[in-house]
Amino acid sequence: MPWESVIGLEVHVQLRTDSKIFSGASTAFGAKPNVQACEVDIALPGVLPVMNRTAALMAVRFGLATGATVNRISVFARKNYFYPDLPKGYQISQYELPIVAGGQIEINTDDCRKKIGITRAHLEEDAGKLLHQEFEGRSGIDLNRAGIPLLEVVSEPDLRSPAEAVAYLKKLHTLVRYLEICDGNMQEGSFRCDANVSVRPAGETGLGTRCELKNLNSFRFIEKGLQFEIKRQIQLIEDGGQVAQETRLYDPDADLTRPMRGKEEAHDYRYFPDPDLPPLVVDDELLAAARSALPELPDARCHRFSSTYQVSQKDAELLTSDRELADYFEQTAAACGDSRSAANWITGEWMGCLNRDGLRFEESRVTPQMLGDLIAKINDNSISGKIAKEVFDGMWNGEGNASEIIAARNLEQITDADEIERAIDHVIDNCAEQVMQYRSGQEKVFGFLVGQVMQATGGKANPKMVNKILRNKLSGKRHN
Amino acid sequence: MSALSAMLERGEISSVELIQCFLDRIDRSQELNAFITVDAEGALTQAQSADRSRANGHAGALTGLPIAHKDIFCSRGLKTTCGSRMLEDFVSPYDATVVERLADTGTVLVGKTNMDEFAMGSSTETSWFGPARNPWSRSRVAGGSSGGSAAAVAARLVPVATGTDTGGSIRQPAAFCGLTGLKPSYGRVSRYGMIAYASSLDQGGPIAQSAEDAALLLQAMAGFDPRDATSLDKEVPDYTSALKQPVAGLTIGLPKEFFDSSVDESVRYASHAALAEFEKLGARLTDISLPNSAAGIPCFYVIAPAEASSNLSRFDGVRYGYRTESYRDLNEMYEKTRAEGFGIEVKRRIMIGTFALSAGYYDAYYRKAQQIRQIIADDFREAFRHCDYIAGPTSPTTAFALGEKTNDPVSMYLSDIFTITANLAGIPAISIPVGFDNTGLPIGLQLTGQSFDEPGLLKLAHRYQQVTDWHRHLPKDFS
Repeated sequence: MPWESVIGLEVHVQLRTDSKIFSGASTAFGAKPNVQACEVDIALPGVLPVMNRTAALMAVRFGLATGATVNRISVFARKNYFYPDLPKGYQISQYELPIVAGGQIEINTDDCRKKIGITRAHLEEDAGKLLHQEFEGRSGIDLNRAGIPLLEVVSEPDLRSPAEAVAYLKKLHTLVRYLEICDGNMQEGSFRCDANVSVRPAGETGLGTRCELKNLNSFRFIEKGLQFEIKRQIQLIEDGGQVAQETRLYDPDADLTRPMRGKEEAHDYRYFPDPDLPPLVVDDELLAAARSALPELPDARCHRFSSTYQVSQKDAELLTSDRELADYFEQTAAACGDSRSAANWITGEWMGCLNRDGLRFEESRVTPQMLGDLIAKINDNSISGKIAKEVFDGMWNGEGNASEIIAARNLEQITDADEIERAIDHVIDNCAEQVMQYRSGQEKVFGFLVGQVMQATGGKANPKMVNKILRNKLSGKRHN
Repeated sequence: MSALSAMLERGEISSVELIQCFLDRIDRSQELNAFITVDAEGALTQAQSADRSRANGHAGALTGLPIAHKDIFCSRGLKTTCGSRMLEDFVSPYDATVVERLADTGTVLVGKTNMDEFAMGSSTETSWFGPARNPWSRSRVAGGSSGGSAAAVAARLVPVATGTDTGGSIRQPAAFCGLTGLKPSYGRVSRYGMIAYASSLDQGGPIAQSAEDAALLLQAMAGFDPRDATSLDKEVPDYTSALKQPVAGLTIGLPKEFFDSSVDESVRYASHAALAEFEKLGARLTDISLPNSAAGIPCFYVIAPAEASSNLSRFDGVRYGYRTESYRDLNEMYEKTRAEGFGIEVKRRIMIGTFALSAGYYDAYYRKAQQIRQIIADDFREAFRHCDYIAGPTSPTTAFALGEKTNDPVSMYLSDIFTITANLAGIPAISIPVGFDNTGLPIGLQLTGQSFDEPGLLKLAHRYQQVTDWHRHLPKDFS
């Protein structure tokens, strides 16, 4: 029997505010434990939360970018439970009335394009972290993360395969970085995903019992975790069993999912509106500020790249998958006036080097201007494509810009016809046998002779001119 | 207070001498159990600094005068217990906004006053530190939850003190101790650093000997605080100058529900006598109705415990406060810590509140209570179409005996029947002394006004106090 999987994702997007959502403490990552936890974050008696308007602005920006409804009034609620990483004994979140409701994100997979619904996106505070390794027999608590603003983006169960889930996540990841509301750093937990997954016989419309998957902190783990879990559920049902509704953790080392340890209690979070916080009002001013700060979005940019820059759809998608990368491309294209070459160099040589050295876009020593200049030098015949690769490596290693490297290494292309002719004459004199072979109709010897000329000029002779002059010489004509 | 301030200003006495004098009184009155913490050393240091300020010409109306804060306000470097074993040894690393503002005006903090545990009670008997006693009769309660503040001011251990009022916790003890106590409009006084009982109902306010003193204290306490999102960014009027406004032409409404047979005859009698004085001052009396006020107690006892059950979750033994001695795992640590750290009344309210918020009960209790709360607020709105102020007894009885109601929570709750609705509606109310019963216990009259009409309430109280002397009476052992 063919099976179909039904997947919905909950993504915690950490908002890039300078201070926490309800206190003035810093949100910078990597500080020593608890130095960024103020009296509000550690929930001393008597302290009160005050809403950070920037977090609201960022949530509104997300709502506008996904075509969602931005609720003019939303309500913070308390989610009550006890845990040592939760200082107040409740998390301030949004429950009945989230700031963003409805919306969609379009994804592109190999098979299809489809729109994935976003049920809601709500603001909430992050919890702290328990540290188990550092203390023997005890646990430490680091509350630096407590109170960091999160936007929880909940999708509709519209995803039908792990590949779609990853495509959706990548699109969401691209979008939040475009909007500059999240740094997208998955290692540091800035973009975290839980998945709800169930299976059903293909064609059925009812939903099977779902499991919630946690610990999916890379695109790869999300795909593998979902693949395993779907297989597990199908196997279970085909063997006559039933899927139990539970929370499961993905173990990347063993590549399997297992039920979370500890008793699985049905939590009653006793949500109620937080009386310390008035309803969050999105007024015209905030809405206008969010709207004016909205950049060109990935889909629009991708469309523009393929239509005005004449780059392939595939390259356009790749180049617009990151706002900095797309900026890099546009600046490079502007610097050389050749968008196709810019796209080729960026997706080829430049990204290859970044990957090889494990660097991020912004860490590249080769600026768009430098790359653009290099392409321009190829196009005006100052250097050949082959020499250009050598020059690029020089730039990558910090030897300077293209002109400097060309000058320093004396790589300028020879376009002086007399100089080329002299080199050709020299080759003709030295390769009488091959010249005879060519003249007797052995066309393929021509390549050898070109190679000889190039070698004689240290690879710098303009290949087109070499071709032309050599052919003329061999057929007995003067080149001019 | 203005008399004491004048003495300081004329140099007849220094702040250090004045503070020492009050500290001696506090020392002699320990049996009242009005204070949980007395900070003699700190007070004298502050007094020295107040004297220096005065010498340098930087003295305000409150500079160098002693004050006590209810032990619900966090005060840096001092224990802040909230009347609970849970915080028995908790020393706050920060000052509540109210504490900070009063320190800025130059008042000298002499100590922290006794209170019902986490402000849950009407008699100060739920305090982990034992009950405060009423200076007018030591076998009687001082009221609650701000009973320590009321006892301290009534016995003149301090001229003024702060209190907090969630359902009557300033007004009822003020009434029981013959004092003037004002619960401001919700949002008037910052709640930052005031340990939360029921966030949507709590307000800090003054407990004083007169409306004049209450005005001075409120002036320093009131105002917008960016650290409290529920405080209102609204200009603070000059309360002292408001005292001089006339009463003539104002209409005072008398809700028939506040004068029924549940009220002691002596209390009814004194209330009517006081209202007659207001008539003499030119006010007009009119009968009104607050038809849904009977729903106040049940409504309050859903909303307040619900909020409290969540507010008190932070007392978990993890980061500060009491933690049980031995435990096998995290859950046992939580359970034993909270079982041992909280008293019976606090646990009762946490249980009630947890229940009211539970899945399946939320709509029937919490949501319903919020609807009733709206109806009660609408009652007041309607009533204020017919009158400027509303008057009635602050509490149905005078101070009851220690132990009289401790085993009957509902009868204890009914002590706040007339005060609770002002908290639910968020409006200001003041209690003023208007006489004594036949055993010599003070009787309080409550005046309720519209939102942010503290000036009007203080004016009414002040005008009344200019033609009467109930507020000048002293308990006989504390003259």
